Amino acid sequence: MSQEGLLRPGIAQLRVLDIDEAITHYVDRIGLDFVSKEADGRVYLKGYDEFHRHSVVLREADTAGIDLFAFKADCQESVDGFRKRIEEYGLEVEDVPAGEQPGVGPRIAFTIPSGHRIELFAEMDLSDNGPETSNPYTWKTEPRGMRAQRMDHCLLYGPNIDKVEEFFTKVLDFHLPERVDLPDGTLAIWMTVSNKAHDIAFVKHDEPGKLHHLAFFLEDWNDIGHAADLMARYDISRDVGPTRHGITRGQTIYFFDPSGNRNEVFSGGYTAYKDHPTRVWDGNHVGRGIFYYERQLNEAFLSVVT
Amino acid sequence: MQPVPTQRKCAIRIKGDPKLYVCGRDEKVLLALESAGQAAINVGCRRGGCGVCRVRVIAGDYSTAKMSRAHVTEEEEAQGYALACRLIPATDLEIETAFLGREARRERLQPATSLEEE
Repeated sequence: MSQEGLLRPGIAQLRVLDIDEAITHYVDRIGLDFVSKEADGRVYLKGYDEFHRHSVVLREADTAGIDLFAFKADCQESVDGFRKRIEEYGLEVEDVPAGEQPGVGPRIAFTIPSGHRIELFAEMDLSDNGPETSNPYTWKTEPRGMRAQRMDHCLLYGPNIDKVEEFFTKVLDFHLPERVDLPDGTLAIWMTVSNKAHDIAFVKHDEPGKLHHLAFFLEDWNDIGHAADLMARYDISRDVGPTRHGITRGQTIYFFDPSGNRNEVFSGGYTAYKDHPTRVWDGNHVGRGIFYYERQLNEAFLSVVT
Repeated sequence: MQPVPTQRKCAIRIKGDPKLYVCGRDEKVLLALESAGQAAINVGCRRGGCGVCRVRVIAGDYSTAKMSRAHVTEEEEAQGYALACRLIPATDLEIETAFLGREARRERLQPATSLEEE
């Protein structure tokens, strides 16, 4: 196996104001499969094309936002190795016992300089409702709603972006396909631990721990159009799109869940390899980088977060 | 037979804005303002989470749908603060913007990053 260490985004846990409205949104509209609701009220969901038990966790709370974003490693030894490197870097590591989320092994958790809680884990049960592996059909049951295949990435807002870049690239072995550099410093970074154009991204912001969006992967531009039709039909609060990002080249719609957390449906995007150079955008072209057709940033992109 | 009285829509006034806006009694104030093209109140998530449409109700009766306590605490709610996207008029309303900049928001509340909270 050539990809070692961290493999991919594994879990996003979001805070929602009303769990039933959130289930309707994420299951019926976005099309995630309902996995379970546990005694503490948390709801577990997965995309139809995901093999493991869950990828999205919803927790009812009195604020919106993101509790944690977790990456899955190839084995426990890798997680142990990262723990050592994270502690050597100077971050405090907290243990989350196996079973804190059902079907998930032990996790390690730490708060990065942008104020976000990031976790690593190696073990999660395979889903009993995953894609077929023996002479598989494209899908077992026709996908629902926006037909989200998987939880794909998140964009987080917070301070100390330079330290975040250093930590992810030097400690967690991410690489950096794309960045926005302004005269007064780095505005934004897109990083990946796989060869997707991004697994996680950050924008400089003075409030720590903020969520800009959690993204779901769709098959293609046609499915982005279908998602837009569903947003019109079900009065889903739309932010921007359908459009394309210059950065990652992904085709996209930004919209909001019933608690105001921004979601994205995303398709396409180029393939990024570790030996590729970083693409750099400057302040005169960042509008086209973020919204390729509109060619300008809107105020909401920079200020509306949960 | 008495005709069923049609419920009058509510007039929304924004402090400092000479225009009068109209909002149904089952409608959120922000959506009525947005469709009328007003610019004084920011439009963000429209779902009670991001806080950019924070207002204070100066006069009038209303109800609110669930909104993030990061932006309107219970105490502030009792003082007439609300998110316009969660604000439903029962009578004519007069409101003013109470938007908190990032700086003020950061000082109010730190984000919840621990699983142990609540």
